[in-house]
Amino acid sequence: MNFLAYGVAGWICIVGLYGAIVSKNLIHLALCLTVIQSSTYVLLLSVGYRHHGTAPIYKGIRLGTNTVDPIVQSLALTDIVISVTVIALILALALDVHKKLGTADPDEVVELQG
Amino acid sequence: MTWLLPLPVAIPLLAAALVAAGDHVTPRIVQNAIAVLAPAAATGFSFWIMLETQHGLLIHWYGGWHPIGNLAIGIGFVGDSLGAGMAVLSCTLVTLALVYSLTYMRESSRLFDVLMLVFCGAMAGFSLTGDLFNMFVWFELMGVAAYALAGFKVEELGPLQGAVNFAITNTAGAYLILMGIGLLYARTGALNFAQIGHFLATHPSDRLVVVAFTLVLIGFLVKAAIVPFHWWLADAHAAAPAPVCVLFSGAMVELGLFAIARIYWTVFSGGLHAHQGDVRSLLVWIGVVTALVGAVMCFLQRHLKRLLAFSTIAHSGTMLVGIGLLGAKGLAGTANLILSHGFLKAGLFLAAGIVLLRLRDIDELRLHGAGRNLRWERALWFAAAIGLIGFPYVGVFVGHSLVDEEASGQGFAWVPPLLLVAEAVSAGAILRAGARVFLGWGPKRDPLLSWEPEESPPERSASVPLLLAVTTVTVAIGLVMSVIPGLQVRIENGAERFVDRSAYAARVLHAKSTPAPPHLPFAIEVAKPESWAYGIGAAVLAFAFAAAGLWYRRLPELVLGGIVRGLGPPVRALRAAHSGIIGDYLLWLTIGATVVGGAWAFSLR
Amino acid sequence: MTRRQIRGTIAIPVLGALGAFLYWGLSGLPPFGNYHGFYGHMVSILSLPQRHVTNAVTATVFDYRGFDTMGEEFILFAAVTGVVLLLRKSGEDEEGPPEDTVTSDALRLFGLLALAGGVLVGLWLAAYGLVTPGGGFQGGVAIASGFVLLYLTGSYLAFARRTSESALDPLEAVGAAGYVVVGLAALIAGLPFLANLLGPGKPGTLVSGGSLGFINWAVALEVAAANTILYKEFLEQYIVPIARGRKS
Repeated sequence: MNFLAYGVAGWICIVGLYGAIVSKNLIHLALCLTVIQSSTYVLLLSVGYRHHGTAPIYKGIRLGTNTVDPIVQSLALTDIVISVTVIALILALALDVHKKLGTADPDEVVELQG
Repeated sequence: MTWLLPLPVAIPLLAAALVAAGDHVTPRIVQNAIAVLAPAAATGFSFWIMLETQHGLLIHWYGGWHPIGNLAIGIGFVGDSLGAGMAVLSCTLVTLALVYSLTYMRESSRLFDVLMLVFCGAMAGFSLTGDLFNMFVWFELMGVAAYALAGFKVEELGPLQGAVNFAITNTAGAYLILMGIGLLYARTGALNFAQIGHFLATHPSDRLVVVAFTLVLIGFLVKAAIVPFHWWLADAHAAAPAPVCVLFSGAMVELGLFAIARIYWTVFSGGLHAHQGDVRSLLVWIGVVTALVGAVMCFLQRHLKRLLAFSTIAHSGTMLVGIGLLGAKGLAGTANLILSHGFLKAGLFLAAGIVLLRLRDIDELRLHGAGRNLRWERALWFAAAIGLIGFPYVGVFVGHSLVDEEASGQGFAWVPPLLLVAEAVSAGAILRAGARVFLGWGPKRDPLLSWEPEESPPERSASVPLLLAVTTVTVAIGLVMSVIPGLQVRIENGAERFVDRSAYAARVLHAKSTPAPPHLPFAIEVAKPESWAYGIGAAVLAFAFAAAGLWYRRLPELVLGGIVRGLGPPVRALRAAHSGIIGDYLLWLTIGATVVGGAWAFSLR
Repeated sequence: MTRRQIRGTIAIPVLGALGAFLYWGLSGLPPFGNYHGFYGHMVSILSLPQRHVTNAVTATVFDYRGFDTMGEEFILFAAVTGVVLLLRKSGEDEEGPPEDTVTSDALRLFGLLALAGGVLVGLWLAAYGLVTPGGGFQGGVAIASGFVLLYLTGSYLAFARRTSESALDPLEAVGAAGYVVVGLAALIAGLPFLANLLGPGKPGTLVSGGSLGFINWAVALEVAAANTILYKEFLEQYIVPIARGRKS
């Protein structure tokens, strides 16, 4: 159990990368990126976990109570917003490609090469 | 003077919000004034910061959260000479690009201005920050603005492809960085550069540190367009509007390199001290390969902006060599190179933009001889191209000679000749393109060069004198970078302080004052004889390559056949690898990360 | 084999090696649940006495690492600007949206109630962000999703009319600018950027945290407006082609 959470993070990252490499559709590709991104949430949150720790909100608990790390939570929050916005941009690009080309297959978008 | 530090970030961001808020109410002239004055003010404040940092680091703790004991609990900006210099370069280029865009980018100009201003603030923040996660935030902000700007011309497929490839590869790189940050935070419980560095230097380094370093490094190598992570750059540049290319090539790529230097020296140099040799070999090797690949690909292009983009990759490789040698002199060389290359390449992109405007095309062969009457554009093009060669006391000369000196001093004597060839080939390609377009030299057809799609030109209403004035200023600044009195010693002094991890940590965490630097003279350093030889050699070679590119078919059949048989297959393979397909690029990214990681898993343990 | 299949075949061993490398590094982490970093601990014990904020995560997001959040807010701002830029109409003639009005009165009533509920929940989340879980970001997202109900249970027209760009763009920009202004105000007062200008307030109440409250509300405004614009942009892409298809 000691390293399961970290292993999960690594696994999600690798699976997401595989999906992105063989993706047949730009929207699918964008979702694969969110999969990779979620590996970073799992990593950050599991890194800051402490056994029997509660949420770091001092309403109803005394100062000095064993809590999980608040920093990684705020990093994950920032991370979520960043991810959502980047994905929104990529989806907008995917829509434009589809409008132009009639397909969102990344292997067919080969206007520039060589 | 620490109150200066937030301003280069806050002013452009506030201006971006104001321009967006006032879109439906304020008159156009006010909007334009804000869009130009804000980055100009940011430039001024960055310059002021740079002057102040000559006396030592400037530190600003946001929210007033000074370190408690030696634990940083807030985010700090740490201004040093090189970082402030990066901010000056970025903000200056944004200002020039926005002045250029006043008449060049009329359509949806409000959104364009907003994104450029955000880009400006993000680059300044990236240059000045002293916190790892904060750097990641500015990295992403830079990215988001840049992806949208790359796809600005949504009505064409090329820009969309460029933007998609750019956004996806850089986002994947960013996630690797974030994973590395997670690992470092888990190990050190810190996000401040100085504090992580202090922890790593005082604790034994193990596999976790190696993996974290690899992840962070790969992420920034993607941004710095280093082989095999460079693919996105040419696609994004070829299709983006000229003023946007200025920022991509002149500042954004270089910021990726700057981040590698900053993070290596403040965070990892203590912990990985025992493995310095391995890190050095790897960075120098991939730097040299990048310079050569970029140069060869540059020579095969006929789309002017794509050609310039590959030239940027070649220079990025040289700059990485300067950083990767892990010495103060090499770093100073790279810093000088970033400044001179930034302005010269910016000037070339702006000139290409004028060519597109006046001749309605951007293709070297289709434009054959079409630019004979554009005298001023011709002069600018050739001046900037010659500046990029490294002829003694012109343009990139000092930067190159410092990198070469460091390489020879560190026992990498084989590196300078290869870099010389790379820069001669890429400068030769730029000269060749100029000779064809502006002089009408050489044949009208060339099967060697890659075809690229046409690009829709900007509206004819753009004011050509204004565009020419901006381009002239940009090229002129780039050309004189090697002869500004006192600049070289100041950069070298800044680089020496940049690589001093313990002094940095003492200043940031314990607020120890640094000893006053020696009085630095205002003089132009005399170049060494070998630098002269390299500079002249590069110039001769560059003109030879340009001539070869124009008239290679006049070579005797025997020689030509030999060259085709020898170089044909590898060049064809290299070109086929630049497939434009995002899946391929991601596979390359994975392979590159695996190779770097694997090599270090065995050598750095 | 297609190009994609070749890629997949190469990718499997490479990713296997990369995964092994990652796991090699990850196994150097402290065992799960045994984290003892000082930074988080410091913030945990300092946020209540120093800042009178009971939610240490909010204190981190808006104060100790508030400058990150300013950057993050501008990422959202830039992304919305970018999406509007990328999805702008390229000179094609505009056609009206389709007739998609929901006619069931029960559904419309429910939608209205749910909209009110969504906005209320959002305001509540934002308001109590300094005390209990929540904050400007979470609240802003909830408010924006309330507006989507207008489309779902009313009509696209109803949604589009109430979310006109000329109203939303300034709101979004004002939210983003607000954050910088709070920071600059401190700087002008001679304090560090984003330093607290007001008193710390009473812990556990809505007015705890001083300038933190302003930042929290600026973020809520920005996030609510930005998300509504995003929904609107993407919905437009979805709705307008349908309208065109019906007419032809």
